Amino acid sequence: METAKTTFKEKANKALGISPEDALISKSYLIVSFTALLLGGLLGLLQGLNRAGLLELPSWFNYYQVLTAHGILLILVFTAFFTIGYFYAVLSHCLGGLLPKVRKMAWIGFGMKIFGFVLAVIPIIMNEATVMFTFYPPMAASPIFYFGLVFIVLGVWMLAFGAFLQVANWRKNNKGQHVPILAYFATGVFVLLFFGSIPVTIEVLMIIPWALGWVETINVMLARTLFWAFGHTLVNIWYLVAVSAWYVVVPKIIGGRRFSDTLTRVVIMLLVVMNIPGGFHHQIVDPGIAESVKYLHVFMSLAIGFPSLMTAYAMFSVFEKTARKKGGTGIFSWFKKLPWGDVRFLAPMIAMIAFIPGGAGGIVQSMNQLNQVVHNTMWVVGHFHITLGTSAVLTFFGICYWLVPYISGRVLTPKMNKLGVIQTIFWTVGMIFMSGSMHWVGLLGSPRRTSYTTYSDNATALSWDPYLMFLAIGGTLLMIGVIIQVYAVFNMMFFAPKGETEFPIAKAEDDAVKTPYWTERWGMIIVVMLLLVAMGYVIPIVEFIVNAPPGSPPFKTW
Amino acid sequence: MKMHLDEKIWLILSFGLIMGFMLITGYQTFVLGMGPPSHMETIDPQKVDETAPFDNPGITQIGENEYEVVMTLAVFSFNPSNIEIPAGATVHFTLTSKDVIHGIQVAGTNINAMVTPGHIQKITQKFDKPGEYLVLCNEYCGTGHQFMATTITVK
Repeated sequence: METAKTTFKEKANKALGISPEDALISKSYLIVSFTALLLGGLLGLLQGLNRAGLLELPSWFNYYQVLTAHGILLILVFTAFFTIGYFYAVLSHCLGGLLPKVRKMAWIGFGMKIFGFVLAVIPIIMNEATVMFTFYPPMAASPIFYFGLVFIVLGVWMLAFGAFLQVANWRKNNKGQHVPILAYFATGVFVLLFFGSIPVTIEVLMIIPWALGWVETINVMLARTLFWAFGHTLVNIWYLVAVSAWYVVVPKIIGGRRFSDTLTRVVIMLLVVMNIPGGFHHQIVDPGIAESVKYLHVFMSLAIGFPSLMTAYAMFSVFEKTARKKGGTGIFSWFKKLPWGDVRFLAPMIAMIAFIPGGAGGIVQSMNQLNQVVHNTMWVVGHFHITLGTSAVLTFFGICYWLVPYISGRVLTPKMNKLGVIQTIFWTVGMIFMSGSMHWVGLLGSPRRTSYTTYSDNATALSWDPYLMFLAIGGTLLMIGVIIQVYAVFNMMFFAPKGETEFPIAKAEDDAVKTPYWTERWGMIIVVMLLLVAMGYVIPIVEFIVNAPPGSPPFKTW
Repeated sequence: MKMHLDEKIWLILSFGLIMGFMLITGYQTFVLGMGPPSHMETIDPQKVDETAPFDNPGITQIGENEYEVVMTLAVFSFNPSNIEIPAGATVHFTLTSKDVIHGIQVAGTNINAMVTPGHIQKITQKFDKPGEYLVLCNEYCGTGHQFMATTITVK
């Protein structure tokens, strides 16, 4: 009976697309996500204009408040809600609909996250939490801000457990089979979200009693280290979300087949196991960490580059194969056979191209001596905007043009496709201006997270101004891009013509080798991950606890 | 797993590239002594003013054209400020923070280090070219962060 039921449900799903209850979950997450993009983008524009000296922000909503809110809205709300909305649609589509229990967990998680964000945003607006999204102690925000963070994390855990339950249930009913590839990506992402958020939870639990005044001092370096164990994991979660579309969706859109299934799963596993210790390279110029430990971490950070280089090969191989099948010739002229006019291809393709300079910049930052040149300068902001802002986000945008119609039971019209292409162009040009000038001015020494200043008309600082002007131009183009994108998402969700949209999942090659089953052993993968985390963190954390200086009292410096 | 020759070459190149970066970084760090600022000493962040050498911040000549600068960072200034040194001088900076996390960066040089409360940070630089160097805080430290700057004048 049970199997008969599932097949009936699967058939029903196939006929009707996603079930309305599951669609509502994804739609709600995407609505929050793109509302956050609109607000966060607007704050970003204000910042860019201020930094170029074109706009003075009022004292009741100063640059650092704007920057804190911009960061939280975009790196925590926009990306996280998008990721969850997308992967819950994936789980529903690939695993035969969400279980009622999982659906309930998704809504509880949604409620907790929203409640957490409201709690966190109130003190930011009241200028009680202008500590930046990195919230480094001993700067202490209002305890309410940290309570908000706790609820956000609890919400994330609820969603991660929901995803694990869903996958476990599928595996129970499909013994011996491989989890469908996109659900495999989802598993990797939720594993990282769960384990990556543990260190930041410990940090926040250290901070709360101290911010409340129950404990007098805090271990600054320990808190900072725990923050980055989470911070860089978040970065690679965005990357893994984007990569899922590159490996699985893009080949289907261009009419090709997937690259090796085994390699895809190996790349996911590598990114999951190596990720958390990678965060240490944010502390290359910190005191209190021995050079030998830092060297180990340079290795751990650089190692993450390896699966990325494998991905680069896989993607171009798929492009070439597909284009040649369509009659493409020559060393490079087959490029013309790719569907450049299709936004579902164009946006992720530009995202991938942006990852070439983005990844190279990442390698620069993970090495000792080069990091010392660019650490905490505008270069880092440029790097962040080319990797997160272009490679990840432009892929997210590309996903929208089929995901939103799919969950809404509507279609992508040629007109909307054209608007999407225009949006992609605005985004690309905007990022070239903004990220390009940020990289350059950073090399010249301009610091990050600093409002407009000429340092009393210092000649060096004045020489940065022309580049900052390009930053403002880029920021303005990006804001136009944000408006178009948000319009496109809401239009496709509520106003586009009704119809059926396919969930584009490419098939493996016909002559593909069978994927070995060890790729399915998540228990083993998690053990390896924890071993690597221990390798990376046991020595420095013990050092910070055993040889701790007297702690720091809280400071409010804003 | 079936693999094409070009794929193998690519994987070997990728792996070689990363190992090459590691070797270069290791050589620079451990052979040339160009490691990142990683001083290990600690200090009570609430008693900086009473603890040597920070009870007496300033510039001391310690050798032929070699100087030590003992400096405290606190919102929103560097102490001492407006440092003057002769061209060709090697300067050893000894730094700590009296309050929140700061970053010291000297535009146009490789001086770039985090200065966290509770730890003493050290960094050395030779100033060959005369001119005025901008010293600034590059970690957000509060609303006056953008004012936290001074200069080093090399004559």
